Amino acid sequence: MSLADTLSQIKATFPETVFDVTEHAGEKIIHIQGLVVLDVLGEFQKSGFNFLADITAVDNMTLGGFERFAVVYHLLSQETAERVTVKAYVSEENLILPSVESLWKTADWQEREIYDLFGITFEGHPNLVRIMNPDDFEGHPLRKDYPRLGRKERDNFPIVERRIGRKAQRN
Amino acid sequence: MKVTTHPIETDKMVLNFGPQHPSTHGTLRIIMELDGETVTKATPEIGYLHSGFEKLGEDLDFNQYITITDRMNYLSPLCNNVAYALAAEKLMELEVSKRTEYIRVLMCELSRIADHLLSVGMLAVDLGAMTAFLYGFRVREDIYDLFEMATGTRLTTSYTLVGGLMRDIPDGYDKAVLKVLDEVDEVANDIEALLNKNRIWHDRTKNIGVISKEDAISYGISGPMARAAGIEWDIRVNEPYSRYDEFDFDVAIALNGDVFDRYLVRMEEIRQSIKICHQSLEKMPPGDVIIDPGSGYSLPPKDEVYNSIEGLIYHFEVTMPNRGMTPPVGEAYVPTESPNGELGFYIVSDGNRTPYRVRTRPPSLINYSIFSKLIEGHMLSDAPAILGSINIIAGELDR
Repeated sequence: MSLADTLSQIKATFPETVFDVTEHAGEKIIHIQGLVVLDVLGEFQKSGFNFLADITAVDNMTLGGFERFAVVYHLLSQETAERVTVKAYVSEENLILPSVESLWKTADWQEREIYDLFGITFEGHPNLVRIMNPDDFEGHPLRKDYPRLGRKERDNFPIVERRIGRKAQRN
Repeated sequence: MKVTTHPIETDKMVLNFGPQHPSTHGTLRIIMELDGETVTKATPEIGYLHSGFEKLGEDLDFNQYITITDRMNYLSPLCNNVAYALAAEKLMELEVSKRTEYIRVLMCELSRIADHLLSVGMLAVDLGAMTAFLYGFRVREDIYDLFEMATGTRLTTSYTLVGGLMRDIPDGYDKAVLKVLDEVDEVANDIEALLNKNRIWHDRTKNIGVISKEDAISYGISGPMARAAGIEWDIRVNEPYSRYDEFDFDVAIALNGDVFDRYLVRMEEIRQSIKICHQSLEKMPPGDVIIDPGSGYSLPPKDEVYNSIEGLIYHFEVTMPNRGMTPPVGEAYVPTESPNGELGFYIVSDGNRTPYRVRTRPPSLINYSIFSKLIEGHMLSDAPAILGSINIIAGELDR
């Protein structure tokens, strides 16, 4: 099925949760509500978009958009060599959207990365822990309100008491 | 006397592989649970080299960020430069000249040769075959000399600019390239003569880390790893960018999806890249390598900047913090075929001189995510073979 047909079919199936379909530099972008992303991507997968190339997120704090955060899925159909971008919006108050790990295993690590760097929670993810930063790291660095220079040096490293030298060994 | 044959009870052992293990070629850590010498579970831990490149991108302008892309996949930095420039040009809807695109293709293919030579060599050296590594490494030095001739540096090339190239290739470059290409061809023959029918090599690589076609799609595997699993997908052919459709070359496919097939695909890709380089040099059109500076999107050539007042003014018009280029509001994702797989850049712009968000689609990270599935049930000594065949670059893995 071609991209135009798929898009119009999805618009008809989800009339209220598809916000808009836009285009920039020849690429189609479909804007949807975050809660239905699993269903929408399932529809895309059925209609030939078999490859999930990339998942990322954008913090729309100063850019403006339907909600504060957008999780961006880049899909590829290897039959027709077409690509489509799906932007699923989640609000700051309710930072949760369904995981697509059940459709594509590649979502596992990439959703962990978004959880780590943006603080967006994925419901149904098998192992949602930080991937880039240490487990006890505070904050989410790719948010726009996180300072670029960071929040000073870490001072919460666990201090391990070591016995040093021969003197200690004798004890 | 009675001989008993009951199995020996062994405890599970947890082995910490890395982050400073020689075969990880970077900082990776894998926590492996072993039953005897068999790996029952492997948990990769990454992030040791996380340096916030994506956050940095929000603070550097479009041309400055190209220096950051060098540091991602440091085995083929030119491919990263080109991929980022393509994404920025798509965002701004710029058309670069034909000569620019041909030089970019030439540089990308030379990097692909260098990257594959090192990745095959590293795989071999991890399995104990030092000679293949040395053959590849020597000719890789010659390719790096070619990069130095064109870009001025060997590693941090930063060769592209938004809208073109930093400088044209020097006179007599084609002769130097042809000489190196002949050497590469010879070296590829030598490596294949050493390994292709080598019994030890077969034992160490065949049926190790087999990826099925379905798994490759599900895990998002791309590049040589996907093609070794029988997926006929090469972005250069299926979604051509930079005029790859004007070149005549074949896509290497293998069917078994094991380490040996990944090695074969990489060797064949070296041969095809040699072909593309030859065609690029033959068909190289004359012309400029940067779009018209008057459009406000490109830096003027360096000798104009240093030798004329107009050039200097144009240079400051583009680089000063309160001026700079003003791209349209929007977003662009450009996938390219890097030596490791699909390398994509996703740029969101809010119309300012710096991008609003820069995302790299890192092939290393996504190809590596299948590792724990591949190693399960294999021997511990197969871990370096599988790691080597994935060709993980830590700079790109963690960014």
